[in-house]
Amino acid sequence: MAGSVDLSKGLPSHPEKSTLEGKNKFLGFWIFLGGETIMFATFFGTFLGLREGTAGGPSAEELFSMPLVFIMTMLLLTSSLTSVLAMFSMKKNNFKNMLVLMIVTVLLGLGFLGFEIYEFVEYVHHGLGYTTSAFASSFYTLVGLHGAHVLFGLCWITTLIIRYSRSGITLTNAPKFYVASLYWHFIDVVWVFIFTVVYLMGIGGA
Amino acid sequence: MKGRKGLLRFLPLSAMLLFLAGCGEDRLTALDPYGPQAQWIFDNMILSLYVMALVIIVVFTLFFIAVVKFRRKPGDDEIPKQVEGSKTLELTWTIIPIILLVILAVPTIAGTYYLAEEAPEAAGSSGEEEGEEAEEAADAAAEGEDAVVIDVTGHQYWWQFDYPEGFTAGNEVYIPVGEKVWFNVTGNDVIHSFWVPALGGKIDTIPGVENSLWLQADEPGVYKGKCAELCGPSHALMDFKVVALERDEYDAWVDSMSQEEEAPEENSVAAEGRQVFEDQGCIGCHAVEGQGSAQGPTLTNFADRDYIAGVIDFNNENLEEWIRDPQSFKQGNNMQPYPDMSDEDMEAIIEYLNTLSVEDEE
Amino acid sequence: MATATATKDKSVLWDWLTTVDHKKLAVLYLIAGTLFFVKAGMMALFMRIQLMSAENDFLTGQTFNELITMHGTIMLFLAATPLIFAFMNFVIPLQIGARDVAFPFVNALGFWIFFFGGLLLSVSWFFGGGPDAGWTAYVPLSSGEYADLGLDFYVLGLQVSGIGTLVSAINFIVTIINMRAPGMTMMRMPLFCWTGLVVSILIVFAFTPLAAGLALLMLDRIFGGQFFIPDMGGNAVLWQHIFWIFGHPEVYILVLPAFGIISEVIPAFSRKRLFGYTAMVFATLVIAFLGFMVWVHHMFTVGLGPITNSVFAIATMGIAVPTGIKIFNWLFTMWGGKITFNTAMLCASSFVPTFVLGGVTGVMLAMVPVDYLYHDTYFVVAHFHYIIIGGIVLGLLAGTYYWYPKMFGHKLNEKLGILMFWLFYIGFHMTFFIQHILGLIGMPRRVYTYLEGQGMETMNLVSSIGSFVMGAAILVLVINVVYSAFNSERITVNDPWDARTLEWSTPTPIPEYNFAQTPQVRSLDPWFYEKVHGDGTMKPAEPMTDIHMPNGSILPFVIGLGLFTWGFGMVMMNMENTIVPPFLVIGTGVILTFGSMLIRSIKEDHGYHIPLEQVKKIEKEVS
Repeated sequence: MAGSVDLSKGLPSHPEKSTLEGKNKFLGFWIFLGGETIMFATFFGTFLGLREGTAGGPSAEELFSMPLVFIMTMLLLTSSLTSVLAMFSMKKNNFKNMLVLMIVTVLLGLGFLGFEIYEFVEYVHHGLGYTTSAFASSFYTLVGLHGAHVLFGLCWITTLIIRYSRSGITLTNAPKFYVASLYWHFIDVVWVFIFTVVYLMGIGGA
Repeated sequence: MKGRKGLLRFLPLSAMLLFLAGCGEDRLTALDPYGPQAQWIFDNMILSLYVMALVIIVVFTLFFIAVVKFRRKPGDDEIPKQVEGSKTLELTWTIIPIILLVILAVPTIAGTYYLAEEAPEAAGSSGEEEGEEAEEAADAAAEGEDAVVIDVTGHQYWWQFDYPEGFTAGNEVYIPVGEKVWFNVTGNDVIHSFWVPALGGKIDTIPGVENSLWLQADEPGVYKGKCAELCGPSHALMDFKVVALERDEYDAWVDSMSQEEEAPEENSVAAEGRQVFEDQGCIGCHAVEGQGSAQGPTLTNFADRDYIAGVIDFNNENLEEWIRDPQSFKQGNNMQPYPDMSDEDMEAIIEYLNTLSVEDEE
Repeated sequence: MATATATKDKSVLWDWLTTVDHKKLAVLYLIAGTLFFVKAGMMALFMRIQLMSAENDFLTGQTFNELITMHGTIMLFLAATPLIFAFMNFVIPLQIGARDVAFPFVNALGFWIFFFGGLLLSVSWFFGGGPDAGWTAYVPLSSGEYADLGLDFYVLGLQVSGIGTLVSAINFIVTIINMRAPGMTMMRMPLFCWTGLVVSILIVFAFTPLAAGLALLMLDRIFGGQFFIPDMGGNAVLWQHIFWIFGHPEVYILVLPAFGIISEVIPAFSRKRLFGYTAMVFATLVIAFLGFMVWVHHMFTVGLGPITNSVFAIATMGIAVPTGIKIFNWLFTMWGGKITFNTAMLCASSFVPTFVLGGVTGVMLAMVPVDYLYHDTYFVVAHFHYIIIGGIVLGLLAGTYYWYPKMFGHKLNEKLGILMFWLFYIGFHMTFFIQHILGLIGMPRRVYTYLEGQGMETMNLVSSIGSFVMGAAILVLVINVVYSAFNSERITVNDPWDARTLEWSTPTPIPEYNFAQTPQVRSLDPWFYEKVHGDGTMKPAEPMTDIHMPNGSILPFVIGLGLFTWGFGMVMMNMENTIVPPFLVIGTGVILTFGSMLIRSIKEDHGYHIPLEQVKKIEKEVS
């Protein structure tokens, strides 16, 4: 617990890992992300296995719009960067800076999510409903699951920002922020794979 | 103690296998193989049994000695020597099992390829190999000219057999003796598994997937087949028969299956039955002599069968009951019930069904 | 910030619903697991009655299929898993010298989510019947077109209980890595902790593909997803791959902890350290690793081609090597020991030859062409029951008799125990040995009946009688539990078995903080080491101070209830004429679940401290 860490000289250099609780959270969350990776891998496998199965419906080449996906990718990558910077600010005990960067992260994430919803609506207009084909189902499931992760991450980070907006960095909330930012990176990495496997390979017709 | 019990149970196994082999008129058990594939499987099972028996004897002997010899006597409070382990022993029981596994792995791989042999057409059509390979392929194609390739479709709960000659048989498949017969299998609704234990291994029939399997029967006779993959409430009743005939008899059977329908004599009860068969819509699902669809089993040679629906003894009472209430025999099957069919119609239709035979008058 | 909360005022029920104590959760797991075990066992008896004679009509094909599905699903997910978790929960923190698991809250959460998931699966009987596509739920038989509501309960029940299992597994990993007492290095950990760690890792990597697969099936059934329908570009074999990528490791998830239990019980009652400890640890790791490489051996008849089949056959045979290492190390642990044969040791030692019988048929099954014969026959049924009953259940029984005094403060009656063992052991071999032969003479598995005149009547009858003998054994066990609760002597010593590992250094009953002072570990089998080389007590690694404890919470229960409600709402989407619109139920579930998570996140809970004086008082009472 907090009691075992000497706080007289200010926060330690790694506030997120200086308590046993923090260490446990850190390790536990990494393992959780390992499990998430396998789950996403399964959905990727499903998509790869079924992406040719358009059953007469629209195919990837006909639908995907690269400029849109490029903007989405940029938004998410930038948000990942701002969350890294936020963690640097945390380690320097600059709470205000961290909070601002976290808010920017959330806004960028919201932008991404907005584009994703727009994208899905467009595809439905072009005749790619969820039940149109195996390709459609596996596409919406994979990308939609990622979108759901983004949504959950946004809610989570927002909650943390609101809850701790006045408290400054403490040994209790540092692991929480850190773990949330870890989660956000994970989402970003998954998107990189989606961008490659779903969109680039879809356009390339590999 | 436990060890000995297990061991004693195990030893009589091979004797039991022999005893169990020759029962039943329809050949079923895999312990009495009737073709090269079944024989191969049986021989290798015996090989693996020997290897495994060796393992079991070693383990059980050690176990038995340990539990008898090293019991703690009452009042014995001495602490035995705390042994950490032994590198030599660890190596021994790592290397010996590896050797035993290699003994099993070699035939496993050889057999996997042996049983995966493709139908001869496939080998011939792949075409453009050069030199020896091409010759071999040509040989295979020549050999395979009259190789029998039967398309099998699994339905809930019956088997459809499409012959290259263009006719269809249901629940009973006829094959020539002494040659490899290829079955290209697929599923119509859910996954089934095509299995004739006395002739060879099984292969799943999966919707959207075409699998292939060859079987060979070395003796004429009837071999029982089963569905081995859970496919619904009547999975247990999805039996079929393989009838192996000498080549000339088989050719004759194929001819008569391919022949045009002999219409029943006019004004006979059977002719009336034929009319009922059409009026009631039976023909909508059951093809006869190539007419009608194959949503249900083809009835061209219905009267030659020993079982109705693959499992019920063939007699007129059972046939009537089956037509009136098929669900009471095979839960969940797709046949429409005809509980209210009039007695005359029923009699006529049964009479008609009894004329559906391609076998010579017997 | 940390004030002592008054634990004494709580009612018993509230205490158990809100507990985060790993010892109490272990008891909850034990009770829930046993109830599900008895339920699924009864189903097995019904099936054996049906198969007692040819063309029997005790059950219809439909009911029979529901029973096989529920029997398999419950036994694996809702009986074996929680029973193993019961022992892992109780024993692992004690064996590594920790006061609790890493996340006590998550521990409770895992239990309640698992429990409500199991409940969701079980209520299917009241809504038109259980799932009927086998525990493997192969599509298309399990898809919307061929299966009814039961399958929706299967999908959602397993999805929910799987989340519980997953979070518990993460908790165990962190506990074992971060919470070990000073001196308890990885290579000094008891083998049960090692298997617990490896199994938890397996769960993280195996239950997640299952979650994905179940999600696909749910989307297929409820939202019209087209993953498995060939005409729409889907693929029916996809499900089998996903299922067995989970399903094969699942076997090791269940059997490795049993190996762990055996590796505790055999040394304890042979009074000898585990032979080849290092080899045992590495064998465990190799088994776990290979466990992920062999899933296709469940699919040899799917037609994946000779190359795939050969590769997976070799990998499968490979597993026999580390397993063989384990078998011989157990044998040589007994060799040269001073063996005491009580019920725990009878179960543990008889495990060794029984498991070998199951193992050798496993190698036989790996021979692809011969598997074309064995696959989906009673031979396979016999094989995996030898592994599951001969392996896992015997291990669990050994664990029950071994740890019972520490968990409940009294031993189980030995006479009844030995009677149970022999009934169980004889009944088990009677039931399953003969099924090998049934498979070879042509009896496919999952058949609700068989025709007369195929030579299967006698063997099936023998098998059915055997199953009743096994049932009688379990009845004796239940009688024993009740009888011993009233008649058995209370245990007052720490270590009634003269055992070797750290859990036996704690007083009985164990105070809620386990160790007043964290022990200093000096060797493998630390308790035995102190008894022989020390003064028979563990050296403390810290001065006696206030002890920090986590607060209980009702939130895990509420989250479990929320997920149950959500799952039930999802099933309602496929029901006709629901009284309440499904989305209301789903919404309630989501609000309960995420609301509780939000509360947990916002409200900082730092737990409380037990003051030093009180610790001293408790220590005086128990010693």
